[in-house]
Amino acid sequence: MFDSFRGFGAIFYKEALHVRRDAGTLFFSLTMPLLQMFLLGFGVDTNIRQINTVVYNADGRRESRELIDRMKNSDTFHVIRYVENDHDLNDLIISGNARVGIKVPVDYSDRLIHNMSAQVLVLIDGSDSSVAGQAINVTTAIGLDESLRRVLQDRSTFAVEMRPKLLFNPDSRSPNFFLPGLTAIMLLNVTTFLTAFSIVREKERGTLEQLFVTPVRPYGLLLGKLLPYLGIGFFELCLILTFMRFLFRVPIHGSVLLLALLALPYLFAALSLGILISSKANSQAEAMQLAFLPILPSVFFSGYIFPRETMPVIFKPISYMIPATYFINITRGVILRGAGIKHLWTDGLALCIIGTILLFIAARRFQKKVIMA
Amino acid sequence: MASAANNPAEAAISAEHLVRHFGKFTAVNDVSFRVEKGEIFGFLGPNGSGKTTVIKMLTGLLPLSEGSAYVEGLDVRSDSEAIRERIGYMSQNFSLYFDLTVAENLQFYGRVYGLDPARLKRRLDEIVELNGLGPYLNRLSAQLSGGWKQRLALGCAMLHEPKLLFLDEPTAGIDPVARRQLWDLLFELSGHGITFFVTTHYMDEAERCSHVAYIYYGKLIADGTPNSLRELPDVQPPGTMRIEISTPEVTRALRFARQIPGIRSATIFGQSIHALVEDHFNLDDLREQLLKNGIAVAEIRPLAPSLEDVFVELTNKHQALLETTHV
Repeated sequence: MFDSFRGFGAIFYKEALHVRRDAGTLFFSLTMPLLQMFLLGFGVDTNIRQINTVVYNADGRRESRELIDRMKNSDTFHVIRYVENDHDLNDLIISGNARVGIKVPVDYSDRLIHNMSAQVLVLIDGSDSSVAGQAINVTTAIGLDESLRRVLQDRSTFAVEMRPKLLFNPDSRSPNFFLPGLTAIMLLNVTTFLTAFSIVREKERGTLEQLFVTPVRPYGLLLGKLLPYLGIGFFELCLILTFMRFLFRVPIHGSVLLLALLALPYLFAALSLGILISSKANSQAEAMQLAFLPILPSVFFSGYIFPRETMPVIFKPISYMIPATYFINITRGVILRGAGIKHLWTDGLALCIIGTILLFIAARRFQKKVIMA
Repeated sequence: MASAANNPAEAAISAEHLVRHFGKFTAVNDVSFRVEKGEIFGFLGPNGSGKTTVIKMLTGLLPLSEGSAYVEGLDVRSDSEAIRERIGYMSQNFSLYFDLTVAENLQFYGRVYGLDPARLKRRLDEIVELNGLGPYLNRLSAQLSGGWKQRLALGCAMLHEPKLLFLDEPTAGIDPVARRQLWDLLFELSGHGITFFVTTHYMDEAERCSHVAYIYYGKLIADGTPNSLRELPDVQPPGTMRIEISTPEVTRALRFARQIPGIRSATIFGQSIHALVEDHFNLDDLREQLLKNGIAVAEIRPLAPSLEDVFVELTNKHQALLETTHV
């Protein structure tokens, strides 16, 4: 057992020397994720507000103006222009200047006064689904509310009243949503690249072949390569958490210690992935290409941006194979929902299993490695 | 042949009928040889002829397709881990960590071989003393010249006191002085009972080996001491002798010489032509014939075959053999 890890100490020692000597690369790889964090933390807001809107009010009387005012007050719509005909209304939407066009017909007030149903045309640019969804929801709600107000004179007698309460992120702040997920993506970036490169460099130099002629065993080699970068990944995690908590003011509701503990299997899985990549790649350029491969699925299939629930059935298994899926659940769980070990141990276990499988495959590949003459 | 000579346990290396295929390509084809302990074994051959493949098979980097091999009495097919403890390997490209210092490189390989601190210290002192690395210990190995990189790589490969060292083109790309110094070092180490398996392209290096073998397109076509190879019937058929024709017009002289009956073969060597001629051949006649054709001749003299002659002859013969079997 001990024998199959032979050479671990020597490789670890050497790897630590490499890292210390190449402080520039280390600094770069540690600060790049922070830069991403600044961009996403400050620059992106998922809440849809102030959609550019064009209004064609053919009626123009008090009732119609009241309706437009209610729309404006919802904070969802920002009226950029009032137009006087259908053509201008359409044109502003086609040109992209407005996302929503509201047309109040000429008989709007008349119909209301005669207790007839009045129609308002709402044109929505469907090219951005989240903007369109928000516009539909808000206009429907305003219409419903307006109708109820007219039917029921006394508003206290609503038969059913829904009282939504936003848990965990009451102000629905974007950094709270983005940064815990981003943590997983950024750690994946740093660790996969660093390990993949550290091994491929040895391939290019020929030192890997040299190591294979020494008593170093594959697991000793791989763990010696893995652990220093585990340390770096862990340090990066602490850095990210510090910035997230104190600069972006994302409250951490659960135990930081638990988060740190569960980060270990995630880092292990990411590093093993890096090693697997290096077993395939023969040059640093190739390693670079391969290391980018897991990034996109990790962003799109892990639930980081798009909810996994809406994924087509065939993509679900993919999301279960992606380490980031589990770690995003862990970070959001601990940071936002205050989840404990009893909620998250399955995620931790899944990461351990994925990491072990990846490392096993990589070690096998190195064991069988046939170096061509 | 004495029974001891057949016992693989007595030899540093004993390879029998080694074969290695890469897909349909046969890189090593039925190669057998034996290296005795303490020899400097020169393994020669053109690029791509299978030298490195043989080294990789003997060091356990490549499995054998067929055949068997024993290194220091251990079977490479089953005991490659035990073999790794006993051998040192220096690859073509000085496998050093260029971002580490000389001392750190040595330290690292010491740890890789699991030397305890006391032994590591002793060995470091010995190697530094032997290889003269003292002044460079704290220098990054990237900053060393080729010769010093080579010495450091050799030091790293022998920290664990291996009995057998594989050196794959140790002198490729280093300057002549460093080349000579490295060979002096090899002789000194060989005096301590270490066996060397050295591949090289340089014939002057081959001449210094106690035992040479020549591999050509996967086939071993010569194996013996440099002197025994010079006396091979293929190289020096009975009733022939070797001469050297020094002339400033080698290409013309060669074309001309090849037409003269009695000259069996002729090859250019720098500013001269080496030719294999029949015993009764009159050297004065040759000189006159050349002069008559306007080719200035500085000197014509008999010559003992060099190893280069040996390999050229063997290669030509083998090439002809290959062609006849293929047609």
